[in-house]
Amino acid sequence: MAITRPALAVWKFASCDGCQLQVLSLEEQLLTLAEVVDVAYFLEASSATARGPYDVSLVEGSITTPEDEERIHEIRAASRTLIAIGACATAGGIQALRNFAAVDELAEAVYPHPEQLAVLEESTPVSAHVEVEYELQGCPVDRHQVLEALSALLQGRRPNIPSHSVCVECKRRGLVCVMVAHGEPCLGPVTNAGCGALCPSFHRGCYGCFGPAETTNTGSLVAWLRHEQGLGPAEVVRWLRTYNAGARRFAEESRRHEPSQR
Amino acid sequence: MSHRSADPIRDLSVEALARVEGEGAMRVRLRGEEVEDIALSIYEPPRFFEGMLVGRRMEEPPDITARICGICPVAYQMSACRAIEDACGVAIDPPLRELRRLMYCGEWIESHALHIYLLHAPDFLGYHSALELSRDHKELVQQALALRRAGTDLVTAIGGRATHPVNVRLGGFHRLPDRDALAALRPQLERARDQAAETVRLVAGFTMPDLAIDHAFVSLAEPGRYPIDAGRLVSSTGLDVPVQEFEEHLIEEQVARSTAFHARLAGHDGAILVGPLARYALARDELSPTARELADEVGLPPVVTNPYQSIVVRAIEVVEACVEALAILEAYEQPDRAHVPVPPRAGIGYGATEAPRGILLHRYEIDADGLITAARIVPPTAQNQRAVEDDLYDFVAAHAHLDDEGLRWQLEQAIRNYDPCISCATHFLDLTVERR
Repeated sequence: MAITRPALAVWKFASCDGCQLQVLSLEEQLLTLAEVVDVAYFLEASSATARGPYDVSLVEGSITTPEDEERIHEIRAASRTLIAIGACATAGGIQALRNFAAVDELAEAVYPHPEQLAVLEESTPVSAHVEVEYELQGCPVDRHQVLEALSALLQGRRPNIPSHSVCVECKRRGLVCVMVAHGEPCLGPVTNAGCGALCPSFHRGCYGCFGPAETTNTGSLVAWLRHEQGLGPAEVVRWLRTYNAGARRFAEESRRHEPSQR
Repeated sequence: MSHRSADPIRDLSVEALARVEGEGAMRVRLRGEEVEDIALSIYEPPRFFEGMLVGRRMEEPPDITARICGICPVAYQMSACRAIEDACGVAIDPPLRELRRLMYCGEWIESHALHIYLLHAPDFLGYHSALELSRDHKELVQQALALRRAGTDLVTAIGGRATHPVNVRLGGFHRLPDRDALAALRPQLERARDQAAETVRLVAGFTMPDLAIDHAFVSLAEPGRYPIDAGRLVSSTGLDVPVQEFEEHLIEEQVARSTAFHARLAGHDGAILVGPLARYALARDELSPTARELADEVGLPPVVTNPYQSIVVRAIEVVEACVEALAILEAYEQPDRAHVPVPPRAGIGYGATEAPRGILLHRYEIDADGLITAARIVPPTAQNQRAVEDDLYDFVAAHAHLDDEGLRWQLEQAIRNYDPCISCATHFLDLTVERR
């Protein structure tokens, strides 16, 4: 059988490896997948590497250094389809908190010789540098969504990735609303589905790790948090600035509540 | 060997080391068969966690620092909780501590099984990856995945998900796990324990090169228990201090080639080693009879100095984690409350736990309103970096006769002995061998 299998590559930029781990965590399904695709580059899993071009590249991590800025262009040029996976690759990740501070001050706070480091001012998503076909949000990304995206590409259809909010998932599970019933601040109404309303099922408010959903109104929720739940501006800013701090909806809303000192 | 300046320089380069967590580089310079320089350089982009934590609320580090490492988020959550609870002068209820330890056992099983089978075993069996291995030994890889799954299922039952669990908080948990869900884990953990025992026998039979290291072993220690979630800081050089004194004894320095720090013990010139070899050397007596008998059965000495055998020690620790998890489940009584209150108090707190790769230290300064004013995190891979470099120096010296391809293959294997987690230390490996 001389049918060429599509070549899959998995790439890492600034990140925790957690999203790649979701690919490894596909377990049996990964073994099945490896029968129909050629895992050509997946450094965390294999020391065998094949040169591009690649049919599909999964990219984890955000762009934070001059070298990585070049590398993402090389990967784009070698990839037919590029899928950004996880909060780092789709929004800049937790390290995008630096976008709201002076990076040299952060470097000085952590390293005694910050001059030895070469970093960009901002941590940015892959889409800020190159064209991206699909984005899968989440910190970490949901492995079923990764599998769905890859299966869809193999079958030549569009991936079926939910774009509704966590709130919808929560209602579907029949969970008691933590905000209404217990007064817990919750980002579920404005956060993209994918986790299965995990935090509310553990009696805590959603902290937005899947990032903003497309058609929601962040400003309206934040007004509720401020006026009905009594959160101060600094608290609202902290809620919006975590793993998806750099996502446009969350970033813009957070700037509106930022104390004017900066 | 005499210095022969007429010898050509050999430059060897492996652009990126596979099957490790994170990004880094190994650079080797050889003149003839003499090693001139060796450096483990970590180029994982710095993410400035310690700087980002300043100004955040004290409730946030368990979730935020988990994002340092997708392989061992539970370790970060546990060390962060302990440090902040220490700053606030809060001790959690004993049953809550047991529940934390139970969850931690899950991460040990998951992380060690990943390293043993998916990252490390392919080296010994001559494959590039577990995917390749599965073509010839499908059953073995399926067993490995089932073992790992026992760990991820345990963490998920308590934490909600295996990567960046959502249920851990200061003082305990957001919600107590469902009793039935915990009880349902037992048959799976019993199978995992037996499978882990088979794993010990399998990996003990691998052919391993001879190598002996001589570093100061450092681990946590607690009478009556194998070190996992708590303990004093002890070493093979006689150190025995509370974690609160770690800064006086563990010195960290920045080196130009790396975004991670290098660590050593005060008053001790040599390198230190944390992780499975250190824990086993310092706490073998605290292993369960099941784990100890297995170590004896496969002829594992009381102190293991060959880093290749770390795969056997890791397997022993998987057995231990399964046995311990089953013991905790056996004695489990639903705690009275999901968490104890942790009111803010101005002060400094220290927390250390045993991540699968070794001691993970956190230190926080908190103000009276519960805002973080300073944070410091010392991950295991940073503590081990110097030991890894020293060992590789000796290793390359002994193998310099090999051609570039052979040397590169063997060096990569040698590095994987230490299970480096470079995301943690900031912090993957690209290997360069330069021959003069």
